[in-house]
Amino acid sequence: MSGTNDSFDPKQVAALSPETLEAAREEATSAFAGATTLEALTALKPAHLGDRSPVLLARREIGSLPPQAKADAGKRVNEARQSVQAAYDERHEVLLAERDDRVLAEEAVDVTLPTDRHPRGSRHPLTQTSERIADVFVAMGWEVAEGPEVESEWFNFDALNFLPDHPARTMQDTFHTEPAEAKQVLRTHTSPVQIRTLLERDLPVYVVCPGRTFRTDELDATHTPVFHQIEGLAVDKGLTMAHLKGTLDAFARAMFGPDSAIRMRPSYFPFTEPSAEPDVWFPQKKGGAGWVEWGGCGMVDPNVLRACGVDPDVYSGFAFGMGLERTLMFRNGLPDMRDMVEGDIRFTSAFAVEP
Amino acid sequence: MRVPASWLVEPVALADSAGDQSADALAEALIRVGFEVEDVEPVEPVSGPLVIGRVLEIEELAEFKKPIRFCRVDVGTRGSDADQPQGVVCGATNFAVGDLVVAALPGTTLPGGFGIAARKTYGRTSDGMLCALDELGLGEDHSGILVLPPGTAEPGDDAVGLLGLDPEAPDAVLDIAVNPDRGYALSVRGMGRELACAYDAAYGDPAAIDQGLPAATGDGWPVRVEPDSGCRRFVARRVTGLDPTAPTPWWMRRRILLAGIRPISLAVDVTNYVMLELGQPMHAYDAARVTGDVVVRRARTDEKLTTLDDVSRALDPDDVAVCDESGPIGLAGVMGGASTEVTHATADVLLEAATWDPASVARAARRHKLPSEAARRFERAVDPAVARAATDLAAALLERYGGATVESGVTDAGPFAAGTDPAAPPIRMALDLPDRVAGVTYPRGASVRRLVQVGCAVDVESDGVSVSPPTWRPDLTRPADLVEEVLRLEGYESIPSQLPAAAAGTGLTLAQRRRRQVSRALADAGYQEVLPSPFMAPTVLDAFGLDDDDPRRSAVRLANPLDADRSLVATTLLPGLLDAVVRNVSRGLRDLALFHVGQVARPDGTPGPAPEVGVESRPTDAQIAALLGPLPAQPLRVGAVLTGAWERPGWWGEGRPATWADAIDAARTVAAVYGAELTVTADRHAPWHPGRCAALHVGDVLVGHAGELHPKVLEELGLPARTCAVELELDRLPVTEVLARPEVSAFPPVLLDVALVVPVEAPVAAVQAALTDGGGELLEDVRLFDVYSGAQVGEGRRSLAFALRFRAPDRTLIVEEASVARDAAVALAGERHGAVLR
Repeated sequence: MSGTNDSFDPKQVAALSPETLEAAREEATSAFAGATTLEALTALKPAHLGDRSPVLLARREIGSLPPQAKADAGKRVNEARQSVQAAYDERHEVLLAERDDRVLAEEAVDVTLPTDRHPRGSRHPLTQTSERIADVFVAMGWEVAEGPEVESEWFNFDALNFLPDHPARTMQDTFHTEPAEAKQVLRTHTSPVQIRTLLERDLPVYVVCPGRTFRTDELDATHTPVFHQIEGLAVDKGLTMAHLKGTLDAFARAMFGPDSAIRMRPSYFPFTEPSAEPDVWFPQKKGGAGWVEWGGCGMVDPNVLRACGVDPDVYSGFAFGMGLERTLMFRNGLPDMRDMVEGDIRFTSAFAVEP
Repeated sequence: MRVPASWLVEPVALADSAGDQSADALAEALIRVGFEVEDVEPVEPVSGPLVIGRVLEIEELAEFKKPIRFCRVDVGTRGSDADQPQGVVCGATNFAVGDLVVAALPGTTLPGGFGIAARKTYGRTSDGMLCALDELGLGEDHSGILVLPPGTAEPGDDAVGLLGLDPEAPDAVLDIAVNPDRGYALSVRGMGRELACAYDAAYGDPAAIDQGLPAATGDGWPVRVEPDSGCRRFVARRVTGLDPTAPTPWWMRRRILLAGIRPISLAVDVTNYVMLELGQPMHAYDAARVTGDVVVRRARTDEKLTTLDDVSRALDPDDVAVCDESGPIGLAGVMGGASTEVTHATADVLLEAATWDPASVARAARRHKLPSEAARRFERAVDPAVARAATDLAAALLERYGGATVESGVTDAGPFAAGTDPAAPPIRMALDLPDRVAGVTYPRGASVRRLVQVGCAVDVESDGVSVSPPTWRPDLTRPADLVEEVLRLEGYESIPSQLPAAAAGTGLTLAQRRRRQVSRALADAGYQEVLPSPFMAPTVLDAFGLDDDDPRRSAVRLANPLDADRSLVATTLLPGLLDAVVRNVSRGLRDLALFHVGQVARPDGTPGPAPEVGVESRPTDAQIAALLGPLPAQPLRVGAVLTGAWERPGWWGEGRPATWADAIDAARTVAAVYGAELTVTADRHAPWHPGRCAALHVGDVLVGHAGELHPKVLEELGLPARTCAVELELDRLPVTEVLARPEVSAFPPVLLDVALVVPVEAPVAAVQAALTDGGGELLEDVRLFDVYSGAQVGEGRRSLAFALRFRAPDRTLIVEEASVARDAAVALAGERHGAVLR
C-alpha cells in the first residue's frame, strides 16, 4: 500500500504516463488472450485487474496530482482500466461458451434408447365407442340409463309387445336361466332398460341405454354371444318419425362426419310400429362411400307405452338401437369380431385413444 | 321365402307400369315396402344346343367299377349326324328307354361356364351329355339325370326356353326374409300383392280364380272339430282315380325346385305348389288308409305319432292332433303322419286345407323341433278364407295332371268355416293420424288409397275412417298398424329430418362419471381393458378353493349354455380375467396388467315362479316389486390381474415383477377416483395367497380384496406363478356429491422423524393409524420411509421409520408443541402395538 501522505512531483509520477498505462493495458490484453481455460483466465485476473495491478496502482497516484492534472490523469486511468476489464470479459465469455459447449457435448445421450420402462395402458374400443355415443346424446340434452343383464322376461319381452308363443320371441335366440318358471333371461337387447326408464322416470324422457347383451350365437368372425348395444328412447308429446330421422341424422353426422346421413327401410320389431331399419351413409366405406345397415328403429308401439302406463293418445315416442361391435367393425374396418372379445392386449393397446 | 321372379310377377299387371322390372329392380321395390331381400340369385342361362332327347337304346358298360351307360338318344335333327341318334355316355341309371331327357350337345355352355364337347370316355365317344338338374343350375339335385314327363316336348326341341334358361328371358330366384307379422307374404299371392303396391300396378288375386270344379254337395269326409282344438277351419275334399305314376309337369317342378323344395310325386308336389302359390299349407292323405271319421282334438297323454320323417313322437296334451279311428294321423299344422302318407300307389287322395291357432302351432313346432314350411306359415297366421280356394286349386291340378276325378263333397268345418266372418272388427282411425305419426302432410286421399291397396275395406266417415282389414292381415288390429301401412307404401324417403328439442338434461350422473374415471385411471396406470365373457365354469370355483357355502358358488345357471362346461353367469370377474391372461400368455404376451369393469350376478337363493303380470296397463308398484325382487343382485365391479414384469428390465437396470403391492395400489387408484380412503387389513380369502391377501374397506364397508393369488390356484389354472389380482365392488364405494372442504394452512410445518421398533406381527397400517390417532390435530401427515429388520432391533421385531409433518392451522407451530404431539403419537403406538423409540 502506498501511503497517501507521500509527496511526489506529478511530472515524476511515471505510473500515470500514457505510455506506461498503454503498456500495462497491452500486457493485460495479451495475457488474457493467451488464457485457454476459465481457470487460467481466473488466475490471471489479480495481476491485471486486482488491487496491485499496474492500472489500479496508478489510480492511487492520482490523489497526489495537482488539481488541474487530476481530471486528465483520472480519465486516462479509467480508460485503461475499462479496456483491461473489457478484454477480460470478452475472453471470459469466449471461454465460458467453450466450456458450456464441451459440457453439453459430454452430457449428450442416445435419445433413441427405449423409454418404455412401464407399459402403457388403454381402454377397450367398445367402451370408448359407447362413451362417445353417449356423449353425442348427452350433448343433445339426453341422459344415460342402465339396467341389469339378468332380466325378467316381462321387461325383456312381455312389456315390449313380444306376445307369448309369437315367433318374434324366437327371432332373438335367448339364453334362459334356471328354473324356467322364474322367467329370467340374459337380456337379448338393451330395450328392457326402455321399460324400466318409462316406469321410473317422469315424462318427457330422452335417454340412451348402453350395455352388454346376449344371444345364443356361436362366436365367429361376425357373431358373438356376448355383445354390446346402445339404444335410444324418446317419449314426449308430438314426437314424429321425422324427429326419429332427425335424431339419427344428427347421430350419424357426429359419428361419421358431416356428409353422413340416414335412410330408413320399413321393417318389423314387436316394440315399434311403424318400424324401420336405418342405413347410414358411410363416406369412408371400404371400396367407396355407401350405405351400411345400422340397427333398428321405429315409433314406440302403443302397446309398449300402455304397458308402462303412458297414454298413447297423449304421448308418442321413438326408439332406435345399434350394435356397438358392428359399428366399430365398419367404422374402423375391423374384419373379425373375435378380436374384440378375446382380450389380446395387442388389440386393445391399438386403441389407446378413442377409435 | 325363395321364389323365382317369373312366378312372383304372375299376379301383377307389371306390363302396364313404368320402370325397371329386372329381378334386381323387383328386389329393390320389395325392400322399399319393407321386405328384406337377402339375395337375388340369377338362374344362370344356358347357351348353345341344349335339346330334348328321347332315349332309344341303353348299353350297360359292365367293365367299369361304377355303372356306366352308353345311350343312343334321338335328338331330332340336332345331332352330330342329322340322320343318326346321338351317342352319349352317362353315369346315371335313373332313366329307361323311351324317357325324355335333356341333352347338352357339343357346343353347349352350361351354367358355371361348363363347355360341352365331344370326347372319348370309357372307351366310347360321348357326343354330349345328359343333364342332371344341378348341371342345369336348377337346384342341387345330382341323384340322376332330369327325366321330363312324357309329352313335355318332342326330341330335337330346344330345351333352353322350355327349362327357363334362355339368356333372352333371364330369371332369378329372390330370397326374401319375411318378418313374423306378415305371414301372408310367405306366398306368391301375398308377396305379389306387395309387389303390386310397390309398383302401383294392378293385382289379380290367384285365390279368386275359379277352378271350374263341380259345385260342393255334402261332406268330403266326416270330420269333427273339437272346440278347444285350436282349429279355426278344416276344409277337406277327395279326389279319386289318381294315376299314381303321373309325373309332375315340368313347369311346376321347376317352380318348386327354384323355391327350394324337392319334388317328390304329383300329389305331394301339388300340395307344396299350392302352399307356395296361395300360402295355404296343405296335406294329402291316402284316403284308403284313413279309417273312419276324422276328429281334430288335443292329443292325449301317452299318444304317439310317427310323422312323415319316420320319427316316432310322444305327443303332448298341448299338441293338436288330426285323428282317425286308429288315433293321431297328423300333428296339426306341423307335419302329417306316416300311416296315411300318400305313396306311389295312392289313387284316392283326401286333401286337407286347415287353419290353426298360431300360438298352438308355434309351441308344437318348438316342442318337437320341427320347423316345417307349414309350421312357419301357421305360426305367422294363415288366411282362413283361402282354405277352400287352395283345396280346389289342388284338386284341379290333380285332375288336370293326374287324371283324377274331383269328388263333389266338400267338408268345411270349424269356427271360421265358409259363411262365418273371419274378418276382424273395423278399426276407427283419424284420417290425419298417418300424417301426425310421420310428420308429413300426405297428398289428399293417399291414406285411403294405400289401405285399399293392401286389401282393406275403407269407409270414410265425418270424423275419420272405418277400416276393415282383409282376412289375410290379422296383424292389422290398431290404428298404429294402419299407419305403418300408409307410411311404408308412401315411402320412408318422404319423411323429413327434424331434430326434436329434448328436455334439458342433467348430463351423466356422478356414478356414471366416476365409473368412466375408474376405467381411465387404470388405463393411465398401465392397465389394458378387456371384455371377457361372463360365462363361468363351476370347476373354476373348485380350482379357486372356495368353501361349499361360499356365496360365489351361488350363481345364475343357464338352461341353454353354448358351452355346457360354462353354464354359470359369473359371480366374480376373476375367472374371465384369468382366461384372458391364459390366452395372452399362450400367445407369448407375458407381461400383463388387465382390467375389466362389469356386472356380476349374485342371486340370493333360487327364484320362485315369476308373477303373472299383464301388459294392458302399468303394473302396480307391488307387481313391479314382485318382478324385480327375484332378480339376482347385479353389482358393478372392477377387477384387475397382473403378471410378469410391472417394470421391464432394460438399459435403465433391472425390471420389477408385478407384486401384491401393485394389486393393492390398483385398488387405491380406484378408490381415489371416489375420493375414498381404503383401509387395508390382512385377510385369508380364496383364491388369494393366505399370507398375501388384503381385505379392503371404506369405513366399515368391505369393498373388495387384493393381493397375490394362491400358488395352488395358479398351478391348477395354468397361470404364471405370482399372478396378482384385485376385485372391488364399485357400487360399494361412496359416491360423494360434494367432497369435504380441505384445510389448507399457510403456516410453516414442523417436520419430525421417528423410528419405532415394533413386533413384526404389528401391521404397518395399524402402527401408522396409531400414530395418526395419537398425534392429534396438529399431525398433518405420516409417511413410512424405511423398514429395517436385523440384529440391531432383535429377533421378531422390526424398525419402522416414519416422517411426521406437524402444522397448526392458525399460527406458526413451535418445535416444542410438535414434540409433545409426537410423543403422544409414539405413546399410543406403544400402547397399541408395543412400539418403542429406537
